[in-house]
Amino acid sequence: MTVSLTIENLVAHYGTTQVLKDLSISVAAGELVSLLGSSGCGKTTTLRLVAGFLQPTSGRIRLGDRDLTTLPAHARDIGLVFQNYALFPHLTVLDNVAFGLKQRGLAKPDRTKRAMAMLERVGLSPLADRLPAALSGGQKQRVALARALVIEPPLLMFDEPLSNLDAKLRIDMRVEIRQLQRANGTTSLYVTHDQEEAFSISDRVAIMNAGRILQLDTPEVLYQKPASAFVARFVGFENLIRMKVVERQAAIVTAEAAGGTRLHLSQDLFGPIKDDFILACRADGLAVRREGEGIPAVLGTRTYLGRAYQYKCQTAAGEITANGPLSDPLDARAGAVLTPLPEQCCILDPEN
Amino acid sequence: MATRIHPILGAFAILVFFFLLAPLVIIVGSALSDTTFLTFPPQGLTLRWFANIFQMEAFRRTAITSLQVALLGTGLSLLIGIPAAYALNRYRVELPRWLSTLFVLPILVPEIVFGFALLKSITIGLGLPVFISLVVGHALLILPYSVRVVGASLASFDFSIEEAARSLGCPPLKTFMTVVLPNIRAGVIAAFILAFITSINDVSVSVFLTGPGISTLPIQILAHMEQFFDPTIASVSVLLMLVTVGVMAIVEATLGLTFLTK
Repeated sequence: MTVSLTIENLVAHYGTTQVLKDLSISVAAGELVSLLGSSGCGKTTTLRLVAGFLQPTSGRIRLGDRDLTTLPAHARDIGLVFQNYALFPHLTVLDNVAFGLKQRGLAKPDRTKRAMAMLERVGLSPLADRLPAALSGGQKQRVALARALVIEPPLLMFDEPLSNLDAKLRIDMRVEIRQLQRANGTTSLYVTHDQEEAFSISDRVAIMNAGRILQLDTPEVLYQKPASAFVARFVGFENLIRMKVVERQAAIVTAEAAGGTRLHLSQDLFGPIKDDFILACRADGLAVRREGEGIPAVLGTRTYLGRAYQYKCQTAAGEITANGPLSDPLDARAGAVLTPLPEQCCILDPEN
Repeated sequence: MATRIHPILGAFAILVFFFLLAPLVIIVGSALSDTTFLTFPPQGLTLRWFANIFQMEAFRRTAITSLQVALLGTGLSLLIGIPAAYALNRYRVELPRWLSTLFVLPILVPEIVFGFALLKSITIGLGLPVFISLVVGHALLILPYSVRVVGASLASFDFSIEEAARSLGCPPLKTFMTVVLPNIRAGVIAAFILAFITSINDVSVSVFLTGPGISTLPIQILAHMEQFFDPTIASVSVLLMLVTVGVMAIVEATLGLTFLTK
């Protein structure tokens, strides 16, 4: 029984501070959607509203055909995985996992059987009789995952579940979470501030800022075609160059940046270009050449990245970060030309 | 390698132990003295003063009253104190800061003033019977211990555990009983013991609240001493000490004393 989660026009306040501003999002049945943003953007608030730990000022939360908005937390039937694991310290691993089944009135042999089967799946059945204090961080998070999954909830929610684990374990665990979530086909909402984590685990990612969702898309689209300057900066476009169109000739647009730098951009390659736009380029999206057409620059500090050299360049349009090939190292203070590569750049509307 | 101890420090330590233990030795000695007045060292040895306690109806009656008041008062203070401590910790951010100070007031106010205030408010003001006044008075007197000690163990309690339980389908009250309470058990027991001992030993509040026919053991000891300066007083004290030692022994055997000092 996979169902969808629908959040409509959610508004929430802490005291007089508005923390969510008309937030709507829909998670399809079986889909994993991440809420990604820096701290204070409202992602955890959203999760806590769905869990029922907070009450919204207005708006509706629906899970399938059930309206959760006014339901108490214990009646919502949502599996939750917490950042700090939140295991019951006084219960054994087995009793932790069986806790939700006990609340559902299952007889002891039944819940022991199901909890053991779940522990088997996360590879922890030999530790069933331990207390949480005797487990490592990764084991604790596996127990927490088993505890949330064993009740077979129609919705799973994760609140920064991997933040307290070390880097290697974090990668293993996110693969494991993804596999379990896929295998069960459980609709999931995942909160994180880690972009790599969100992109690697999710079907779609919602990038949040100041209580709003700025863009909700697949990781591929977000990474390549951000819709706004904020999202572009968030997904690692180092250079945002404000430009104005000065001339249009068929598909070729001539645009000017601050300082008079002119570029000829093809709408066939870059897509439609409005009169006023932002050219967003990753450091990899600007070819550093000794000469040719592009933005004239004076090279600054060169750093070795392993796959390329990175230069801090001074241009008439401001400081620009660009990567040049390893085959042709250039010296500081050398003159060069930076050429935008269409497949690694995108055109943004400054209004967004 | 033995650690060298400075002679002055050693002498000081011995003095401290002497002053801590000497009164106890004197009381035990006096309780065994075969004289009709309190004296130390004891002259002759006898247990008749212990027997005397059990023959005196007033001591038996007030001992029972003291136990009842201590048990009911402690129970009542925990019944108020645990939820109060819970709320103060759970909603620390939302609640005004003076609220937690409010619960310590009975300790801050001089006990004699507190006792008099209780007499004016509960016994005279509300006209409650003596026994009920005693229970309520003691409950208020020891409420700070309940709130503070239970609060201390709640301070290290992770409230997201409570949310985990609720997300798994456990209603709020049941969550409190099955998840919160077991994890603050040590604090509750410590609070119980501290409150119980405070109540059993209290004089200044009880002296105002006891009335015709109903008294507590410490008040009875005072009353007795005003009339007879005999070793009965010492032997009652020895019995009280034994009860305290007994309670501590049980605590040590079941939980370990360290949790009281944590």
